[in-house]
Order: sequence, then C-alpha cells, then structure tokens
Amino acid sequence: MYQYDWSVISRNMDVFIEGALKTLELSAISILLAIPIGIIFGLGRISKNKIIFYISSAYIEIIRGVPLLVLLIWIFYVLGQFFSLGSYWGSIVGLAIFAGAFIAEIVRSGIQGVPKGQMEAARSLGMSHTKAMTYIILPQAFRRVLPPLASQFIMLIKDSSLVSVIAATELTLNAKNLVATSFRSLEVWTFVALVYFIMTFSLSLIIRYFEKRLSRSDA
Amino acid sequence: MITIKNVNKSFGDHQVLTDVSLEVPKSNVIALIGPSGAGKSTLIRAINALEPIDNGEVTVDGISIHNKKTDINVARTNIGFVFQSFNLFPFLTALENVTMAPMKVKGLSKEAAEKRGKELLSSLGLADKFDAFPNRLSGGQQQRVAIARALAMDPNVMLFDEPTSALDPEMVTEVLDAIRKLAKDGMTMVVVTHEMGFAKEICDEIVFMAEGKIVERAAPSKFFTNPDTQRAQDFLSKVLNH
Ligand SMILES: Nc1ncnc2c1ncn2[C@@H]1O[C@H](COP(=O)(O)OP(=O)(O)OP(=O)(O)O)[C@@H](O)[C@H]1O
Ligand SMILES: [Mg+2]
Repeated sequence: MYQYDWSVISRNMDVFIEGALKTLELSAISILLAIPIGIIFGLGRISKNKIIFYISSAYIEIIRGVPLLVLLIWIFYVLGQFFSLGSYWGSIVGLAIFAGAFIAEIVRSGIQGVPKGQMEAARSLGMSHTKAMTYIILPQAFRRVLPPLASQFIMLIKDSSLVSVIAATELTLNAKNLVATSFRSLEVWTFVALVYFIMTFSLSLIIRYFEKRLSRSDA
Repeated sequence: MITIKNVNKSFGDHQVLTDVSLEVPKSNVIALIGPSGAGKSTLIRAINALEPIDNGEVTVDGISIHNKKTDINVARTNIGFVFQSFNLFPFLTALENVTMAPMKVKGLSKEAAEKRGKELLSSLGLADKFDAFPNRLSGGQQQRVAIARALAMDPNVMLFDEPTSALDPEMVTEVLDAIRKLAKDGMTMVVVTHEMGFAKEICDEIVFMAEGKIVERAAPSKFFTNPDTQRAQDFLSKVLNH
C-alpha cells in the first residue's frame, strides 16, 4: 500500500511556483505571437488572391494535422539544426505556430460569420473593400472571436506542458524533475493537476467577467 | 440620369437579364415590378455594381459604372441604396450608422457629419433615436435610419430594393412616406416594390419585368388600367386580387 506524504509539496512550493509562472509566461508570449499569425493567415484564408489563399490553407491544414508533440520535437531538432532556438524560444515558436493555425480558423469563421449584407451596405456607401473591412466587418468579427480566442488561450496553457519534452522549464518539467529526486510521483502529479486547473479556471472566470461587460455595452 | 444599355447577366448558364435597356431621366421615379425571380434585384443591384454584369453598359450621371477605369467607390457615393433587410451596422448607434461613411469616405469632420446626420434623422422622424442601437428600433425605424444613412452621402440617385417587404404592415406607411417626400424633392429613384398603390401614386413610369426582360413600360395610369401585354395583365390580376 502506497504511503502518501504530502510534505513533498510544501517543501518544494518554490519549484511549483517557479514552474507555474514559467508556464504562464510561455503561454502568454506564445498567444501574443499566435494572434497576429492567426489574423494574417485567417485573412489569407478568405483572400481572393489564389497564392495567398493556398499558402494560408496549407499552413492551417498542415499544422492542424500534426500533433503538437511532434511539431515541438521537429522544430527543436530539425529547425534547431539551422537556427539555434534553444528550448525556451523553440517552445514559444512551436506553441505560437500551433495556436496560430487554430486562431486563423477562429478569425476566418469570425469574419465569415458577419452577414454578407454588412459588406454590401458598406460598399454601397462608397467604402473600399479595405475600409469596409476595417470599420464595419472586423469590429463585428472581433466580438465574435473573443470567446473562442479565450478558450484557445486556456488550451494553450494546458498544451504548454508538452514543451517539457524539449526541456523547456515550466511546471511539468519541474514536476518531472521533482518526481525523479523525491520519488513522490502521485503527490506531485496530483498537485500539478490542481495547479493547472487553478490557472485555467481563474482565467476562464476573468474572461467571463470581460465578456459580460462587453455584451452589456453592446446594447 | 440613369441609362442602362443592352445589359446581359447570367448566373452560370441561367440567363437572369436579357438585353435590358432603360433610361431614367433626372427627378423621375420608376417602379420596377414583376414576379419573383424576374431579375428585379439583379437589375437594380447592377446600377451601383453590387452585381457585376456580363456585358452592356450602365451610366449614372454620365459615369460608366461597370467600366474598369471608373473608381467605383467614388461613383457609389452618388448612388444611395436601400436594402430590403435594412443592413444597418448593429454595433453602431443610429447616428453613427449615418455618420460613418461621410467621415470615412468623404473625410467630413465628426461635427459636420453629426450635424448633417441629425438633420437627416430628424427629418425622417427619428430625432429621439440618435443614440439607439438598431436592435432597439422597430423595422420601420431601422429602414428610415437606412434611408438617412444613404442620403448622408448626398447622392443624386436613390435605389430601393423592396424597402417595405420585410416590414410589419403598420410600418409600411412611415417608410413609404419617407420615399414620397424624396420624390417631391425631385430625387431620381428606382424602386422595386410590390406596393402597387404606392407605385401608382408616386411613380412617373412603371417598368414591368418578367424572366429577365423588360416586358412593358407605361405610365401608371395606363399600366394599371389597360396594360398592353398579356404577361402584365396576368401579373396584375394575380397581385390586385390579393
Ligand atoms: N447569386 C446568385 N446566384 C445564382 N442565381 C441567382 C443569384 N441571385 C439571383 N439568382 C437567380 O436569378 C434570378 C433573378 O433573381 P432576382 O433576385 O434578381 O429576382 P427578383 O425579381 O428580385 O425576385 P424577388 O421578387 O423574389 O426578389 C432568380 O432565378 C434567382 O434564383
Ligand atoms: Mg428581389
């Protein structure tokens, strides 16, 4: 019978806190990079320019079809031969490229979800395609994409645990190392699960609060 | 003011407009009527190039609308378009709906655009609705905001595609009154409508379309009492008996 000893948690609290902060840092930087990537390729996906359309589609389909774990290892070892990214930037690049493909689809469906009549009304008033996009379509698409974008960020926090395979410091790697030295795997992994849950759940509460405020100002 | 010359248009192998020609003199009001699928929307949308055409020519105020060399965005500022489903911008207030294009397209200052916008909304009976969002307005109010939005660009031509078809019956009058007022002020207009009484009252000419062709053109007094074509007679007996 396994004897639980939870003191391993309190004795190593600094390791967990450091890991959790690194996880948040990696996820935040990755999502900040992924959003512009997603906007560019999301717009590319609805572009009338065939070349831009195919490049964007290829990026989105390939990335969505490759497991994140494989993508991270590929970036670290294959791309790593040409650019010395290191495990920190390697994992950020991997996460950003991965999340960018999903955000591109969110952006595309957000834009296409705006009724066709909105573009027609804007164009009928003499707005160019670009002006109509900027002043009429994107502000409406923005409101539509916020909730799925927020879920994407929460997924990214969880997915970031995979970067431990390329030895980037974050919560999961710290936990692995701790297990290796303390042999208290059940306690450590239970607590790690709890920490991930606390991070994602508080984030979704914050997001829900902002969503409510936004919908209130929307009359 | 508007000339349409030998316009053809197909969707795939379905010919929707066949050799359509029409001219609308300045300050005239034309009613475009006909059965569903006749091509009325396609034709009126071709006048401001919301719908591309296969061949033929459309000019408004002497400007060739479908010519590649024409700056269509400039041309469209002269042509107001009112949609059946209003298409107001839902995230903007009534006043913002009206001021957006004058500011972003014509470069008007916010003050100038708001001054003009308030005048227009007030003249359409919406003086107490400047700050209302579209979803807080009735259909009739929304359509009047849409009319104000189009007028804010100071167009010389106004096009209406079934402006009252999406409205509850009790709101039809307020929108027709707004169009009637424009007619009185000498606006050149093309109105696709099923409101035969209205067409008879304010239009200078009735243009009857069926199957992508203009079948008959006549003054309202003649068209509604004694149309020349069998096709128009059949159509009238159907719509007037309901
Ligand atoms: N985008 C499109 N693609 C394919 N066919 C179309 C398209 N738009 C219209 N059509 C077809 O063209 C024909 C004419 O349509 P149009 O909308 O101009 O008719 P309408 O006279 O306005 O009819 P209604 O009174 O129902 O509005 C119809 O047969 C319609 O199905
Ligand atoms: Mg129609």
